[in-house]
Amino acid sequence: MKNIRLLTIICCLLFSVAATAQVPYKRIADAGAEPGNWLTYSGDYQSHRFSRLAQITPANVGRLKTAWVYQFKQLGRQETSPAVVDGVMYVSESPTIVTALDARTGRTLWSWRRNISPLVKTIGFGRSNRGVAILDDTVYVGALDCYLVALDAKTGAVRWETKVEDNSAGYSITAAPLAIDGKIIVGVSGGEAGIRGFLDAYDAKTGKLAWRCWTIPGPEEPGRETWGGDSWKTGAGSTWLTGSYDPELNLLYWGTGNPGPDWNGDSRPGDNLYTCSLLAIDAATGKIKWYFQFTPHDVHDWDSNQIPVLIDANWQGRPRKLVAMANRNAFYYLLDRVTGEFLLGEPYAKQTWAKGLDAKGRPIVLPNTEPTIEGNLVWPSLQGATNWHSPSYSPLTKMFYVAAREMGAYYYKGEAEYKPGTFFAGGGERVLGGDKAYGAVRALDVTTGKMKWEFRLQEPPWAGVLATAGGVVFGGSNEGNFFALDAATGKPLWDFQTGSPITANPISFLVDGKQHVAIAAGQALFVFCLPSAGTER
Amino acid sequence: MQRGELLKAVAGAGLGAVCAPMIRKARRLCLFAFFFAAAIAAARPGQDPIAALTADDLAHGKRLYVGQCALCHGIEGVGGRGPALNQPTQRRAKDYQALYVVIKNGVAGTEMPSAWHMTDREVWRVVGYIRSLNRVEDAKPTGDAGRGRELYRAKGCAVCHIIRGEGGASGPELTEIGARRSATYLREALIDPSASAPEGFLVVSVITRAGRSIRGVRVNEDSFTVQLRDDEDRFHSFRKNELRSLKKEFGVSTMPSYKTLAATELDDLIAYLASLGGAK
Repeated sequence: MKNIRLLTIICCLLFSVAATAQVPYKRIADAGAEPGNWLTYSGDYQSHRFSRLAQITPANVGRLKTAWVYQFKQLGRQETSPAVVDGVMYVSESPTIVTALDARTGRTLWSWRRNISPLVKTIGFGRSNRGVAILDDTVYVGALDCYLVALDAKTGAVRWETKVEDNSAGYSITAAPLAIDGKIIVGVSGGEAGIRGFLDAYDAKTGKLAWRCWTIPGPEEPGRETWGGDSWKTGAGSTWLTGSYDPELNLLYWGTGNPGPDWNGDSRPGDNLYTCSLLAIDAATGKIKWYFQFTPHDVHDWDSNQIPVLIDANWQGRPRKLVAMANRNAFYYLLDRVTGEFLLGEPYAKQTWAKGLDAKGRPIVLPNTEPTIEGNLVWPSLQGATNWHSPSYSPLTKMFYVAAREMGAYYYKGEAEYKPGTFFAGGGERVLGGDKAYGAVRALDVTTGKMKWEFRLQEPPWAGVLATAGGVVFGGSNEGNFFALDAATGKPLWDFQTGSPITANPISFLVDGKQHVAIAAGQALFVFCLPSAGTER
Repeated sequence: MQRGELLKAVAGAGLGAVCAPMIRKARRLCLFAFFFAAAIAAARPGQDPIAALTADDLAHGKRLYVGQCALCHGIEGVGGRGPALNQPTQRRAKDYQALYVVIKNGVAGTEMPSAWHMTDREVWRVVGYIRSLNRVEDAKPTGDAGRGRELYRAKGCAVCHIIRGEGGASGPELTEIGARRSATYLREALIDPSASAPEGFLVVSVITRAGRSIRGVRVNEDSFTVQLRDDEDRFHSFRKNELRSLKKEFGVSTMPSYKTLAATELDDLIAYLASLGGAK
């Protein structure tokens, strides 16, 4: 009898190990059906960063306790968003480390570190890694030296690695890749190094390039006329955050970064397509199906890499496939994601650069808002009204939650001389910091963009938000608070001081049938859950 | 640009929470100072980057200086919130190579940000313009620093200010104040303290739910809590949801005005303060 029980346990263990190793594409496409896992960067292909778990509610969130804390191996702040599959958490950290943790205890199962040279080029950004992708039995990570690496999900052993581009020219990867059916999609950083941006798709099994979609049109390609002279060659348009995917349309939605040089547009007259845009890309071919440019001829470094959130909702009386984005330029946009048609644009934070948007969504730029040698005060600052930290959408409240930054800056225009692999930005800024700046978590009505509530933060935040089916929104402050708000009203319900500015996105998952919430803060990953009955202290 | 990693380093100084990452970042930048200096030497063997500047370079340097430096250092480099630059030597920049490094990287632990956004050539133009400012011999304050020191003691300044480890902390430390502020600025601050209320010493008044009122200097604040130091040097910590009101008195200083001092006394006090930190 004893032996039979032991055999049963061993079989269960073997099964659970086998289960951790299998994340077929179908599971990710149907991520909403298994809210106990967190299978892709933003939780699902729609990038809702919404957890369908409902155990933690406004009524009980005040009792949240630390379940465990994992200390990262590397000094410095982490910007990671973990993935969780069948009891295993895959967490990345800078410069390029991936660790598999027992989601129950935080104990390490394996850890892999890429040998990154101290001379690796990260021009204009930190040495961060924001997360991994998982497909079948493989974990995929973008490396700071601009390689895509595939790891065995069970052991961390390297299956293959592919050079994406040349780091010496300023290309790098900080974003989590996106796994779709048979392909791994990866975007690049390097917008301050005069790169020519692109989005790549690789065969998930072999690492062979399937297609490359340039974000800057080359000679003879439409859009080339929006660049004066040879400026397209150093036009930037990086793809440094993880986009979204509509399996039905087989379209990827990916934001693009600033044009280069950032703050001095003299050498690049024209709209500079497809920088500061949202691209809808055919996942089979890599061809651009449509584009929408938020900030033509940007001179404030307002990348549009923010997360495109795919929403199916009624628009003017009929159901539409929509895509929403709270843009760095301080406007919230709603587009038709089949056609790219502009439907709505509303400011969600202070902005002093545009009179508004015209009927097609093009900004009506105010005079004297360009950077100057002496400095020109404009809202938002170059870090934007939001940045890389994720928004969240709750299909229950129909609200779009965004961690907004209220900060102005003096924008400076400077010289820009292109030398491969060096800072190519043409100026910069001095922010109005301290008490002249603040932040807020804002809830926007998803189809009108109107603010339903806000919860004010002491400083402009760098942490994303997570809405849950329990009616709670989790967020983080730059002063170190990890907190929960009522999703319906914004009322603060719970907070915890982590001891470090929070520069990461929260996720939620189940362990032993119990809802957990995780957030990286400083050099640690904190995991919270409700106390078990009878164990509350 | 992905994140304000470098950019945050130039965010305005203020709360400890804001300052700490800024200082860490600035320290890291300082580590690069050596490499920058090495790069300068390597890039310009045997050349004098100042001598190579043209009149147009200096005019450009002036525009950069006026727009980005003069707020603290004065239009003609006479100083103010930052040290005067129209002096033969600078405490932190004994020569123009060192001045280049200070501008490029900022100064850790001070309000001096890095000019991360300027090209090397632009920084040299600013250095060139600063070098072209009228050199004035140190206009020594007319007062008697020794008598000023006695006044400092007699007037109880040390209750709120620290000099070389002695004193209270409800006002800014003054150990190096002579190196950081011009004599003119110090005079204005003594006469009208609220006109130059120092960052990081925001006066805050709170009323608790129980009706208790406390006023003090903000020591720290996050989105949910605030910490104060009252005028008797006691710490208070509040959760914001425990407060009936939280009033921030921007532009207010708890320091009394010393305009009632005799003119010679004021001169003496300024002479003493200006002598702190080996100021020139």
